[in-house]
Amino acid sequence: MSNSAIDAHFRDGCEQGQLRLQRCTACEYVQFYPRVACSACGSDQLKWFVASGQGKIASYTVVRLPISQQFADLVPYVAALVDLQEGPRMMSVIVDSSPDQVCVGQAVRLAFRQWGSAEQQPIFTVVAPQN
Amino acid sequence: MVMSGLRNSVAFVGSADTEVGVVPGLSATELCVQAALSAIHDAGLDKSQVDGLITCNAMAQPIMYHAEAMAEYLQIFPRYCMSVNTGGGTTFSIIHHAAAAIVTGMADTIVISMADSLRSGMTREQAAKTQSSTGHPLYEQIYGLPVPAYYALIAQAHMAEFGTREEHYAEIAVATREHAVNNPAAQKRDRISIDDVLSSRLIADPLHLLDCSLVSDGGAAVVLTSAERAKDLPNDPVYLLGVGEGHSHEHISQARTLTTSAAKESGQRAFAMAGLTVNDIDFAQLYDCFTPTVLIELEDLGFCAKGEGGAYVASGALRSGGALPVNTHGGMLSHCHSGNPGSMFALTETIQQLRHATGPRQLDTAQTALVHAQGGIMSSHTTMILGREPC
Repeated sequence: MSNSAIDAHFRDGCEQGQLRLQRCTACEYVQFYPRVACSACGSDQLKWFVASGQGKIASYTVVRLPISQQFADLVPYVAALVDLQEGPRMMSVIVDSSPDQVCVGQAVRLAFRQWGSAEQQPIFTVVAPQN
Repeated sequence: MVMSGLRNSVAFVGSADTEVGVVPGLSATELCVQAALSAIHDAGLDKSQVDGLITCNAMAQPIMYHAEAMAEYLQIFPRYCMSVNTGGGTTFSIIHHAAAAIVTGMADTIVISMADSLRSGMTREQAAKTQSSTGHPLYEQIYGLPVPAYYALIAQAHMAEFGTREEHYAEIAVATREHAVNNPAAQKRDRISIDDVLSSRLIADPLHLLDCSLVSDGGAAVVLTSAERAKDLPNDPVYLLGVGEGHSHEHISQARTLTTSAAKESGQRAFAMAGLTVNDIDFAQLYDCFTPTVLIELEDLGFCAKGEGGAYVASGALRSGGALPVNTHGGMLSHCHSGNPGSMFALTETIQQLRHATGPRQLDTAQTALVHAQGGIMSSHTTMILGREPC
């Protein structure tokens, strides 16, 4: 766990259904995970904003062995690295789709859900292809 | 700046492995001490002549000040003593530091000993959970990925970007096993085929069980001293020709790219120090926690172009008699993988190969070798180039 106010602010966002990102007011760089300073230019003048929730799958896998009992009922499930529209990449899971509906480059949309032992985690669903 | 000052300055004069695989009656501490004593004996030294000790902590038996505890157990009283922890890359990054310590006079003769007891000293769940704590505690671990899944993300990205196939990853497991068949110490020695790998159960797509390294007990140690002192000792010295590190991230979601690693930088730095190129390398030992790791290391170290790792391994290059025999002891895929000490066995194998002392699996032309280790999730890399002769 963390006693960081920055981490707490991110966590509060999740409870409210918001994925909160930091934008540097000096160089405009958007970063995730949240930090005390801009990881591009070092400025500490960062502003929080709420992500659009749109992203694309950078890579994925199907987790078939649960790491612990908390995940035993969830396997098999798709874990993915998602490139957010705003720039940063984050780890997450893709829910409500079978693995064969998932591919690199697939558009996904943010949602929040209980996952493992944690309440209201950022997760993603596949955006249905347009006909 | 290239620190060519370390080139040819130190040599490995002792090396030893403990029994590996499933070793139920020995704790991680006991394995570490056994390895150290065997390596000191192999070097023709008495423990009182050792003035430096480096260890890594053990997951099965963590000790707060590990190296100090090992020195106490051994009853040696070094003037240079530390334990380090950068995951699987620890094994070789620390040799970089040990070489510098010898050159600067901090110590004359350093024992590097590492052991763990992942198989017998922990439950399966404990071992898996401890290792997966490499994920970011707040932003990755919450999704429950075991370590193979983190590496699977890299494997899948390489397939999507370059058309690499599961068969290519499988060939790495097959070639490695072929080497292990000739090593009586290896944990797995039954020949396997590409079909065997592809029909083994999926662990984290696209990785099958046989794409994953073993879970083992075991330890290994080496003795490092100055090139000058090495000449007076009984074994043929194995010289450090070049060494370099590269560190790009800790958590895979923060990697600069998924398909090119900091092995590129560590390799360039090692080759620059040695003044050598890939054409000078007779064989290589590459970190093989999972098969895709080897494929990306081959590309990043320059043995083939980026994206051509699949075709390179499919040519049979890694097998005995191939263009670049890799992991001649059987690697972590087939010999043993006792956690952070994993690539120490690649180092002791390299030393034995360069001494021409490995018996039936000896490579005729072994003069110059490259060994590479990485830790985290393709995070921290160290490349070393070793030779029978100074260069």
